[in-house]
Amino acid sequence: MPEKTLIEAIREAIDEEMARDPRVFVVGEDVGPRGGVFRATMGLWQKYGEWRVIDSPLAELSIVAIGIGAALNGFRPICEIQFADFIHPAFNQIVNEAARFFYRSGGVYNVPMVIRAPYGGGISGGLYHSQSVEAFFAHVPGLKVVIPSNPYDAKGLLKAAIRDPNPVLFFEPKKGYRLIKGEVPEGDYIVPIGPAKVTREGSDLTVFAYGMMHYYALQAAEMVAKEGIDVEVVDLRTLAPVDKTTILNSVKKTGKALIVYEDNLTLGYGAEVAAILAEEGFEYLDGPVMRLAGPDVPGVPFSPPMQDFFMPSPQKIAEAIRRLARY
Amino acid sequence: MAVEVKEFLPITQRHEDLGLSDETVLRMYYHLLLSRRLDERCWVLQRQGRVPFHISGIAHEGIGVGAAYALRKGFDIVHPYYRDLALSIALGMKPVEFMLALYGKKGDPHSAARQMPSHFSLCHLNIISGSSPVATQLPQAAGIAFAEILKQKLRPQLEAAGFRVSREMRVVLTSTGEGSTSEGDFHEALNWAGIYRLPLVVLVHNNQYAISVPVWKQMAVKRVADRAAAYGIHGAVADGGNVLEVYQVVKEAVDRARAGEGATLIEAVTYRWTPHSSDDDDRTYRTREEVEQGKLRDPLPRLRDYLYRRGLLTQREEDELEERVRAEVDEAQRQAEEAPYPAPEEALAPVFATEDRSGWWGE
Repeated sequence: MPEKTLIEAIREAIDEEMARDPRVFVVGEDVGPRGGVFRATMGLWQKYGEWRVIDSPLAELSIVAIGIGAALNGFRPICEIQFADFIHPAFNQIVNEAARFFYRSGGVYNVPMVIRAPYGGGISGGLYHSQSVEAFFAHVPGLKVVIPSNPYDAKGLLKAAIRDPNPVLFFEPKKGYRLIKGEVPEGDYIVPIGPAKVTREGSDLTVFAYGMMHYYALQAAEMVAKEGIDVEVVDLRTLAPVDKTTILNSVKKTGKALIVYEDNLTLGYGAEVAAILAEEGFEYLDGPVMRLAGPDVPGVPFSPPMQDFFMPSPQKIAEAIRRLARY
Repeated sequence: MAVEVKEFLPITQRHEDLGLSDETVLRMYYHLLLSRRLDERCWVLQRQGRVPFHISGIAHEGIGVGAAYALRKGFDIVHPYYRDLALSIALGMKPVEFMLALYGKKGDPHSAARQMPSHFSLCHLNIISGSSPVATQLPQAAGIAFAEILKQKLRPQLEAAGFRVSREMRVVLTSTGEGSTSEGDFHEALNWAGIYRLPLVVLVHNNQYAISVPVWKQMAVKRVADRAAAYGIHGAVADGGNVLEVYQVVKEAVDRARAGEGATLIEAVTYRWTPHSSDDDDRTYRTREEVEQGKLRDPLPRLRDYLYRRGLLTQREEDELEERVRAEVDEAQRQAEEAPYPAPEEALAPVFATEDRSGWWGE
């Protein structure tokens, strides 16, 4: 099986879906001849032409709104927001419109679309090329929020997202675009939206994470394994709708939970996982539900030492695991 | 007020010159009247405490009816706004379909009683569900129109995959108020419309007020339509109280759009002499004299006067029509009042679709 990077797997998913279904098209800034600033659509404009890989004006609101309209009129748009930090102008179109179309029309109008955006820090992106925005959207019924942590899942989940009859936000951990490699089968397969996945079996405690933090959590688990701490790692993969069953089953087994996310701590996605565990997993818990996340400051600073201070890392996760294991 | 009006302006167009038959112009009048009487009844029901809320389309009927008749019904796509009661009626919405939404009753076809009334959504009439944040429908309508372009451009691939693409483009008509033209959505929509020569008609109902804010605080330009040039699209102004003029201007825009000549921004000028909604009190922001003057734009007496002048309507026929409309409104109200409320737990679904329902493919 060929090994691919995360970004290659994403490109492969888009390519295969465009080949499979002529209703699928890509729209976003610089997605055309340039192939996207991260090269997610590299070669697709040349392959499929200007009417399926559409360089949009520099206007995020309309990238999403055009997608909504095209979805209503029979297409399956993949809208690219160049950086998650720039999704905010489209917030109204996503949250008030795409998310609510099906419910507000009494189940008549659905909006099959994907909104892709690279997110996350650690790439010297400063305040406005590093944000994690998933919690804003995971809060909204009607939206599906998916974050892959590895190439295999990225390809399978993105294909599932493109085929889903609902709006799906597909956030890609950009620091992992070229860093994270893995085996990706040729041809068609799906990773269903919804289920989380136990990616490392363990008995002492569970680390819940997604995206880049999941990649780090696996590394941290290996570090502490040498010290005799047996860590289970769960890749959440789909943030909305959340897979409570996998979350609760894992803590039922291990009794302890650490949730890692790179967003700001307060009201980040990990807060919901903690609430689920407090409310429905109370009987299983042998220790406090712990969170490791970015500090509550308005962004990831640019300067390398400050950036490192902000970002969770394998070492910081390992340290948090040790603290929780000692409890 | 943008234009001083001293008395009812007579309609100067002749319907036959616009390609409209006697029967059609009479039907336009019927739709105007039905919309007006239904609207007036909704005000009464709200004031009686029978329904919680009404937002009116009074003074906008000339725009809605004129526009509806310029479209290819059942083919073209409409993404309206909350003043489009008459547009929806003229496209085929039944009074009871509005009343069910007004009462929040089971069977409301627009939103299954989830949305406030006047959020028109009728799939069988190609009326797209709208929301309450203003102007959001404009870039979506641009997207619907953009898909029409894509269908033509991608015809071979689509047809090879089994999707039937109609020979002609559907035209998308979206409407909004002049206040909404200050929103970013408006500008982004028109920008796309210009770049891609979209088969789109953006119909702005300039009723002089965004709740309480007058148009001169909304924009520095004299005419909404003047903005079209900045996006490289056509601009046109119509007297919103003259249903034939609205028809004429919208029809030209629709024909242009279908022919691939791009989008048009139409400003239809009217005056909203009702409060913004049943929750508003317009005495706090304008004089009664001004309101009385605004009523001179009323599309209903102007069309009635035209029909009398042209010998198409007599007093007896008008009385009969009023009777018929009253009976229709009575019956719609009766059905809505008798309809049950949805079960409370119906609030829980449907949040997510399990199958794809979207899209107009083929004829």
